This record gives sequence, structure tokens and C-alpha cells, in this order.
Amino acid sequence: MKKLSLVLALVLALSACVFPASAEEVVNIYNWYDYMDESIFEDFYKETGIKVNCMYFTTNEDMMVQVRVSPGAYDVVFPSEYCVERMINEGLLAEINMDNVPNAKNISSWLMNPDYDPENKYSIPFMWGTVGILYDTTKVDEPVDSWGILWDEKYANNIFMLDSIRDTMGLTLKYLGYSMNTRDPLQLKEATDKLVEQKPLVKAYQVDETKDKMVNGEAALAVVWSGDALYAMDLNENLAYSVPNEGSNVWVDAVVIPATAKNKENAEKFIDFLCRPDIAQRNCEYIWYSSPNAAAIELMGEDYTENLAINPTQDIIDRCEWFQDIPENYMTVYNALWSQVKNAK
Amino acid sequence: MMKFIKRFYLSIILFFLYVPIVILIIQSFNDGKSRAKWEGFSFRWYQELFNDAAIMQALYVTISIAVLAAIISTILGTLAAIGIHAMKKRPQSLMMTLTNIPMTMPDIVTGISLMLLFIFTKVERGYWTMLLAHVTFDTPYVILSVLPKLKQMNKHSYEAALDLGATPTYALFHVILPEIMPGVITGAMLAFTLSLDDFTISYFTTSPLVQNLSTLIYSQARKGIKPTMNALSALMFVALLVLLLVVNRRTTKAEVKN
Amino acid sequence: MNNLQVPAWGIWVMLAGLMVFIVLLVVYFKRNHGLKRPIFASPYTLWMVVFTIVPCLLIGYYAFTDINGAFTLDNFKNFWDSNYDMNKELIAMGFNPADMGFSRGTVNVDTLVYSLWMAFLCTVICLILGYPAAHIMADREFKLGPTLVILFVIPMWMNFLLRTIAWMSLLEDNGLINSLLEWLGFGKVQLMYNSGAVLLGMVYNYLPFMVFPIYNVLNKMDYKLSEAAMDLGCDKWKTFYKVTLPLSLPGVVSGITMVFMPAVTTFFIPRMLGGGNTEMFGDLIERTFLTANNWNVGSALSMIMMVLILLSLGLLRKVDPEGEGGSMI
Repeated sequence: MKKLSLVLALVLALSACVFPASAEEVVNIYNWYDYMDESIFEDFYKETGIKVNCMYFTTNEDMMVQVRVSPGAYDVVFPSEYCVERMINEGLLAEINMDNVPNAKNISSWLMNPDYDPENKYSIPFMWGTVGILYDTTKVDEPVDSWGILWDEKYANNIFMLDSIRDTMGLTLKYLGYSMNTRDPLQLKEATDKLVEQKPLVKAYQVDETKDKMVNGEAALAVVWSGDALYAMDLNENLAYSVPNEGSNVWVDAVVIPATAKNKENAEKFIDFLCRPDIAQRNCEYIWYSSPNAAAIELMGEDYTENLAINPTQDIIDRCEWFQDIPENYMTVYNALWSQVKNAK
Repeated sequence: MMKFIKRFYLSIILFFLYVPIVILIIQSFNDGKSRAKWEGFSFRWYQELFNDAAIMQALYVTISIAVLAAIISTILGTLAAIGIHAMKKRPQSLMMTLTNIPMTMPDIVTGISLMLLFIFTKVERGYWTMLLAHVTFDTPYVILSVLPKLKQMNKHSYEAALDLGATPTYALFHVILPEIMPGVITGAMLAFTLSLDDFTISYFTTSPLVQNLSTLIYSQARKGIKPTMNALSALMFVALLVLLLVVNRRTTKAEVKN
Repeated sequence: MNNLQVPAWGIWVMLAGLMVFIVLLVVYFKRNHGLKRPIFASPYTLWMVVFTIVPCLLIGYYAFTDINGAFTLDNFKNFWDSNYDMNKELIAMGFNPADMGFSRGTVNVDTLVYSLWMAFLCTVICLILGYPAAHIMADREFKLGPTLVILFVIPMWMNFLLRTIAWMSLLEDNGLINSLLEWLGFGKVQLMYNSGAVLLGMVYNYLPFMVFPIYNVLNKMDYKLSEAAMDLGCDKWKTFYKVTLPLSLPGVVSGITMVFMPAVTTFFIPRMLGGGNTEMFGDLIERTFLTANNWNVGSALSMIMMVLILLSLGLLRKVDPEGEGGSMI
């Protein structure tokens, strides 16, 4: 019994040290894991005396739950574009004072004033990319230029689809010649039927597992985000990435400040720091996603510009669409239809 | 012959349980970042492990919570099991239903409902709320491990002790507890294990400032889980195995002495 | 989901309920038992009321209200007809769901049935594999029992996510098992992306929960009883069937409970090992809560499942009315 209470006391004493108290200037950032070169925090501290506390989330949905229920916990958050729109609509975001973010001028103009935040009042792009097909050139010897290849019976049981409603419905809508943001239930129904028809050919619906499996040669074709494609192609030279001609989705992970942020000015300083060309370059070279920062791209030179997966031509970009946030009642339709796809026999 | 078959059977089951662990450990020595490609043997991830403050912090949170939750839920659950066992039929089945409810709830519902509770009562989520949640889902398992032992116990020994003048507390510690100890230990181990392994409930009942290993691993999923996590698991595994061997040897020695 | 605020009276109702419960508890103990053993359960009871009953009431609140907090049964209709909400929205948009080919959606009901079936299979397999293991470990001549218990636990101390990913490395088409098969000259077999792989993952995860309680009971059993039975002329099998098995029933019931209940709500394993081709109810609930962001329907689905599991546990207790079987000899 004595031993037990000793252990208890010890553990209690230890757990008291979990939260070190400090009166320092801080900025609490809430980001995807491994989505930033964290050595920049040190430089930021040296320059401004502000300490960066980093927290991580796994999906946009989880992140939004946390932002809603923990007011004041986060100063800088990194949502994807459709979530920016939803968060604006829910009043979760603070307007960024652009006077404190002079480096925002480095962002490529075509990424500014997007549909999801028309005047960039609330958000600044941090990274961007496309959705496309990652394919194994040892198994696919025809050109991959249409989403239609995903319905080709030659590749039965050799296809990975994204387990993500908007992306998968979106590419099917594109294949059928509609907009990814359509609100016509008949078009949605058509896309659903198309996906149900495809289901016997699909090996798996997954998200994060796809990249390692493609490296391992588990399937011929996989729908992926460009970031994952770059990761996989780096590890397996037989892989290639293509954005089909019907067009696809351009996604953006943006930087925002929650309305409840406790350290808004520090947050703005940090965002400005992220937009600085040298810092943007370090981040981009660390995670190797497409950078929105024109000045940083200039610094990176050919390594970046010659890589078509990371730096698609304007022609490809023009065929792509942003995702718009979909109102609740249409989301109900989307979810019910997706349920049918996921559970079709 | 029978003996051989028995041992063979157990070995097969253990093999089944340990194959993934072996894979996990092998992957920790992979020089590359992806589990899909072997790029040579290296201790790289072990070196990175000790420089990774986030992992070390998460390890500390995970273990301290698991230990605390196991201690609290074992005390709470053992007492409860004794109480429930002595109850009459009706209240007993009521209590068993109460015990079964948290086990029937999917983790995500338990997590979300507890989160609602904490938001409601304006309790800031963090280390302590995670601990409360862990105790809540651990305790029923302790009860379910202890109850069968109680049922096996001689029904009259407790009453006999009371008749002979023992106080209920004395009887509890000297009559009931020794009898049910194996069940209590199993319960404590289950509680520790469940707490160590929990992701979903922790995720909703803590703030992202206080991460345990599971939530940290999960947050890595998008960019690929780093082999540092495998390295950590391998180290934990070896440590546990050594501990087990030492304890086992000491107990066998003690048995020999007796 | 969008109204995290339950109306102010909600908390008072719950507090009042809590008080009533405590008063009843005190009255009960005062009248029937005095300061006897049942009082030992009161800290636990209080704990469970605060951290289980109240949160359950919150879930109940969500299950019976719509997004604006008004009373509704629609969430349950959504369980029976997974297209219910969609069809309502479609009609509001001026479409006729029937013309579009939408009738009742059976997705949710099918998923529940599938999950119950998988959990049942998992429990049966765990019992078939686990009982002999527990029996061998509890054998008096087998000295390694306690060591083996720990050996059974250690794999569970490695992170669940990492273990499941390790299974993926084994079962993939280019995984280790298939590479081995190929090297041995057999062809490749698709081991993953099907229900079998999901079942394997479930059994792997829940097997220890079956072994422990049975081992515990068998270990504690008076071996003289089975010796007596042998002396009285029972053969090995008859002794097992007439003596050991009945005596071990409490452990079996515990084991079944500990495996079946979490197994029904399994999630993540179907996604990882089953390739997300068929959802289980746990996945469905998770998706409804997080992706579809619909806490009301999500709560209703959880409630339905809890009721079903509690019912099946009630049945289990009917089969073994004493819930212990310990006094059967």
C-alpha cells in the first residue's frame, strides 16, 4: 500500500510538470502534422521574441470541431479552401489586417481573390495542389489523359479511389462534363450511378494509405492529391502523375486567424513571416507541395518550375475548378448518395 | 504427445499475435521514410526519436495517464464489483446494465458525449479531462474481470469473518481481496492496456496542446507515419519483455525457495 | 452540430435527475442494507452517473431533436430509410425522388445487420481459439500460465494504428505473405480488401479479451472437482463437458461480452484491411458525426445500436439465467 501511494504521488508530481507556465509572447498554431519546416520557429523567435506552440490536426472536419468548441485556443489555423468558406459563413474567422502582412504581395496573383474568400479578407494561401491520377507505368502503357480510364475494365481490381465525398463525386462530375460544384440533383444522381457502376473495379477506397501502397505497386491507377503523388514518385520512379483533360480540382490550404484568437497581432506577424520568400522557400522545399509564393518560386528556380506535377502549366490550371462550400441541404444529398456508393454491392 | 499438441497450439496463437509486432520492429530499422520500400538498415529513426520533443512529451502523457487511470479505475472497479456482487437481483442487473453502457457505446460517441459534458460544465479540456475519460472507459473492464472471481468465491467466508468480529473494511482487505486478486490484477492490466491504446476518446477529451501517442500518430497519417513511431514501439517492446523476464525469474526463484 | 448549446433548462433537468438518483440510492441503502457491501459500489455509481448517464442523456437529447433543437423523430426515420432526409430536401427543391429512382434507402439497416454478423463471427472465432488456449494455460501442470497472460497483453501495448498498418504490410498483394507464397512457387492470393481480412483484424484485436476472463475462472477452479469426476468414472471428455465447462461459464460470458460489444462498433479496421469497400456500423457513425457533420442522426444511430447490444446481452443472460453458472454442480 505504501509503495502504491508513493507511485501515485510520484506520478502526480510528474504530471504537474506537463504544463510549463510562461509569460512569454506566444502564438498558437494549429496545423497539419509535418506541414511546415519547424526549424523556422527558432528563426521567428530570434527575430520577434515570439514563441511558436504547434498543435496538429488530421482532417479539416476534426479541426473545425476543435475550433468551434475551444475558443481562444488557436491563433493561426491552416484549413483547406472549402473550409475557409464554411468558417467565414459560421463567423469563426477574424479579418486579417493586411497592413501587418506586407509580404502577402509575394503570393501569385491567380491565387488571390479566390471564390472561397473573394477579397482575401480572411485567408492567405499557404500551399496548393491538384487532384489527379497517379499511375504505375509498368502496368499502364496508354496515355492517362481522361478520368474515363478509371472505368476501364482492363484495370479491374487495380484502382484506388479517394475515400472523400467531394473529391470523388467531383471528378466523376467532371468526367460527365458537369461542374464539380453542381447543385443539380439529377447530375449528382448520374454521378452516383457512375460510381456504383465502377465499384466492382475498385480495389479500395482510402486516403492516407494510398501513397505507400502505390510505391509498393499495389495498384495500377490511383486518384490522389498532387502532394501525395510527389511523395510516391520520389520513392518509386515507375510512377507518374497526370491531371486529366476533363479538368480537375485545384485545392488550397490557407492560413487563417480564428475570430477568438488571443494573440492576433502575433498571428499576423507569423503569417507575414510565412509569406517571406526565404521562409516560403524553406517550407516548400521541406514539404514539396506547390507553393503560392511567386517570389519563393523564383528563388527555387528550375527544380521547381520544370516539375510538371508540382508546377502544372497554366493550361491545366485553367481546366480546373475550386471547390465551393456546399450548403447544408445539398450536403445532405451528397452524404446520402455517397452512402449508397460506399455500401453498394 | 498431448503436451506437445498443447504447446504447439499455444505457440501458433502467440505467433499470430506477434507477427505484426515483428514487422513493426523490422520497419523501424528501415533507412527510408516509407514502409513500402526497404532502403537499408539504419538506426536513424532511433536517433531522431530522442531528439523529437513532441514524441517524448506524448510518451510521457500516454504513460502517466495509463498508470493513473489504471490505478483509479482498479480501485473504483474492484470496490464496485464487490458491491455489485453483494446486491440483490434487481439492483444488480441495473448496475450491470450501467456497466455495459459505456462498453456498448462506440468510442466516437463516448468521446463526443464526454466532450459535450466538458463544454457544458465549462471545464477546459486537457490532461485531467483525458484522465477522467480514461477512468470512465476503463472501469467497466475492471468490473468484468473481477466479478467472475467473486462468483467463484465461497459465499459465506465474508459473513463468517463479520460474525467473528471483523469490521467490513478488515474483511474486505483480508478475506475478499486476497481471493479475487488475480481478477484485480487482470483488470488493472486491461485498464492500463486500453488506456495506452486509446485514440478516439482521447482525441475528443483533450486539447491539441496535450497529445498522447495515439493522437500524435493519427495526426501524422496524412503525410505518412514516420518510422520514429516504430522505433519507439520497438524500444517499448524490448523494455517490456526484459521487465517480464526479470519479474518472471524472481517469482520462480521465490517459488523454489518456498 | 451547429448548435452546441443545449437550452439552459437542459442542465437543470440533468442536475435534478442526478439529485433524484442519489436520493434514491441513499434511501435504498438505508432501507435494505445499512452499511453493507453494496455501498462499495456507490463511488462507481456516482462516477458512472456523471460521466456516462449524463453524457448519454446529451446524446439522447441530440437524437430526439433537429438542428434547431426542436423535438423530432426524423433522426430515427433516417435509420430506417437512409434516404429520408435527402428525399425531404429533394422535394423541397422541387424534385420528385420517386421519379429520380430514389425509394427507401436500406444502407443503414444493412450496415447494422452486417456489423452484428461480423461481431458474432468474431466472437465465435475468438471463443473457439481462445477457450482451448485458456484451458491449456490454466492447466495445473503448465507452469507458464502467468507469463503467457503477459505475453498475450504485450502486443496490445503497441499502438493499434501501427499494428493494423503492420498487418497491411503482411497482407498486401505485394506484401510479405504473398512474396513468400510466390517464392515458394504458389501464386499470389488476394488476402486484403475483403471481409475476411476485416475479420482477421478483429479477431487479432479482441482475442486477448476472450482468453483472460476464461483463464481467470479456470485457473481459480478447484481441480479436485474434475479429479473426483474422473474417479467416479467419467472419461476426459465427459469430465470436461459435465464439470469444467459449466464451471467456466461465468468467464465465457464475460469474454463474450468483452469481445462482442466493442466488435460491433469496430471502426478503422474495415477501412484499413477491408479497403473501405464495405462499411461497418462504427464507420457509419463516425462518418455521420464527422464527415456528414450531422450530430443528430449520428446520435440516433448510436442510440439504436446501444439498445440492440443491450438487448442481446439481456438474451445472453437469459441463456445463462444465474449469470454465473457457478452453482450448477
